[in-house]
Amino acid sequence: MLRTYAGRPTPLTFADRLTKHYGRGKIYMKREDLCHTGAHKINNTLGQILLAKRSGKQRVIAETGAGQHGVATATVAAKMGLQCMVYMGEEDICRQELNVHRMKMLGAEVVPVSSGSRTLKDATSEAIRDWVANVHDTFYIIGSVVGPHPYPMMVRDFQSVIGEETRKQIQAHEGKLPSILLACVGGGSNAMGIFYPFIRDEVEMIGVEAAGCGLNTHKHAATLSKGTPGVLHGSLSYLLQDENGQVQLAHSISAGLDYPGVGPEHSALKDLGRVQYVSITDKQALEAASLLARLEGIIPALESGHAFAHLEKLMPTTSKRDIVVVNLSGRGDKDMMTYVSQYSEGKSVQR
Amino acid sequence: MRRKLDTNRLTSKLVQLSERNQKALVLFITAGFPEIESTVPQVLELARAGANVIELGMPFSDPLADGPVIQASSQRAISNGITLKLILEQVREIRKHSDIPLVLMGYVNPILHYGERRFFADAANAGVDGIILPEVPLEEADRFLALARQHHLADILLVSPATSDERIRSIDSVSSGFLYCVSITGVTGRSTIGDIESYVKRVKWNAKHNPVLVGFGITTPDDAQRISRFADGVIVGSALIQRIAQEDLRKDVGAWVRQLKEAQQSL
Repeated sequence: MLRTYAGRPTPLTFADRLTKHYGRGKIYMKREDLCHTGAHKINNTLGQILLAKRSGKQRVIAETGAGQHGVATATVAAKMGLQCMVYMGEEDICRQELNVHRMKMLGAEVVPVSSGSRTLKDATSEAIRDWVANVHDTFYIIGSVVGPHPYPMMVRDFQSVIGEETRKQIQAHEGKLPSILLACVGGGSNAMGIFYPFIRDEVEMIGVEAAGCGLNTHKHAATLSKGTPGVLHGSLSYLLQDENGQVQLAHSISAGLDYPGVGPEHSALKDLGRVQYVSITDKQALEAASLLARLEGIIPALESGHAFAHLEKLMPTTSKRDIVVVNLSGRGDKDMMTYVSQYSEGKSVQR
Repeated sequence: MRRKLDTNRLTSKLVQLSERNQKALVLFITAGFPEIESTVPQVLELARAGANVIELGMPFSDPLADGPVIQASSQRAISNGITLKLILEQVREIRKHSDIPLVLMGYVNPILHYGERRFFADAANAGVDGIILPEVPLEEADRFLALARQHHLADILLVSPATSDERIRSIDSVSSGFLYCVSITGVTGRSTIGDIESYVKRVKWNAKHNPVLVGFGITTPDDAQRISRFADGVIVGSALIQRIAQEDLRKDVGAWVRQLKEAQQSL
């Protein structure tokens, strides 16, 4: 099904004009934006829906931030003939309206979540509450490498197809492994997916978090950069929290990164020093998305825009021999309203 | 191996009730709701009205086991500025006036942040009798069970209709105080309780070490009476919070609690 339904393997595209723009190492893009439904999320929902079907459940539920996971869940539920309900924060329903319509057309029920932050964190809490109430007939399809065991491990394994393909493809193109992998991190599933198959290799890995309005403000989602260890949604990981252990609200212009927690394995990789985690502001991500659109003809999801934005800092430190692979985790159709409103504010970037 | 809990107010109260063939009424309120100052007088009033045990909820920003009523009360209490430190001060204040058994219910993150060792020690010193951490599964409970034992606190674990006989026995063998028998699969405050008699009897059959108290969704004196026929007691939370939340009902909370208690006694 990954091949005939989701459209795998996805290409590894050489970003020649972007490479020329920076004038240093070669930049490749892993094209998860070309997956069915427009993002890497379907790699995981396909795996989990097969488990749901195998365990005889009639109903699946999911949480969603940007709506990509919700769409990917609604899609596979339709394909498998299972009932589907998606929990989504009210704020995200507003900023990702297109995906709400897609889920509805696919036959899913979208439940607005009005508690707490009205974003991904509370959508996740509501989905967990539904799950404990309906555990007999319901399978909870978690969209990222978060939540209670075994979800972080399971989602990582379903997403690691990204890294496995990248490995083969880069060797075919270049005859060697990449020097650096770059991916955005909200919960962290696309990053875990591309990183994991390279974890024992000499490949540098960089995870890019959302710095929102800036790390020195309270409006960011940079859990690994600014968080402290804590327990949320059943796992111990870095967490944005106050001095009393209450979870703080995250902020990012990108709904998919707007989460105060992060996958526990990312926390482990940070503590081990295996992966370096950096952050990118809303503004930098928007500019990077604009640049990618003009140079490569690809409108990326705002989430992926964060990963591309880090090239500004990274590329000047590379040499011609370096190969950088950026995980282009999703396409930007869902973010058009945000992009348009930025243009109308006159914030388009200079070339 | 029996734990040394004979000096614990909760354990002695439940033994005493059972010897008199009476059922326990446990009332849950959210600490710091509706105001920080309301908690101490509320506990004392509930104790006077017939509560046998008070369960004090320690508010958390993301209370996964709770329905909308307790969530909203927790949110309000957090914005009022409630903290674990303040809750333990409230416990100390209550202890100046009452010996009612006090159990703290909450989520692990604030406790980890406070420092779990320090928290169990401070709770015991303040006059707490037991701890309930609904988020913590049996597999992760060891560190908390050990601390509870060390400080002679009851560590109350939960079972649900989805829990197998074997697992009920394992949970019962490490729990102390009582076994929290969740009436439904789901979160607090869901109003309909179906036929749970066979389920509660199954739990009681497997739980040989602890009294079995039923909670989640008990809303009326009628519920309290019906369930007390086969359980060792009931826990009422959301229905009480709902009354406390409404100003016109708040003054009659004592009378309502007396109705609950009377219904339980007239089996």
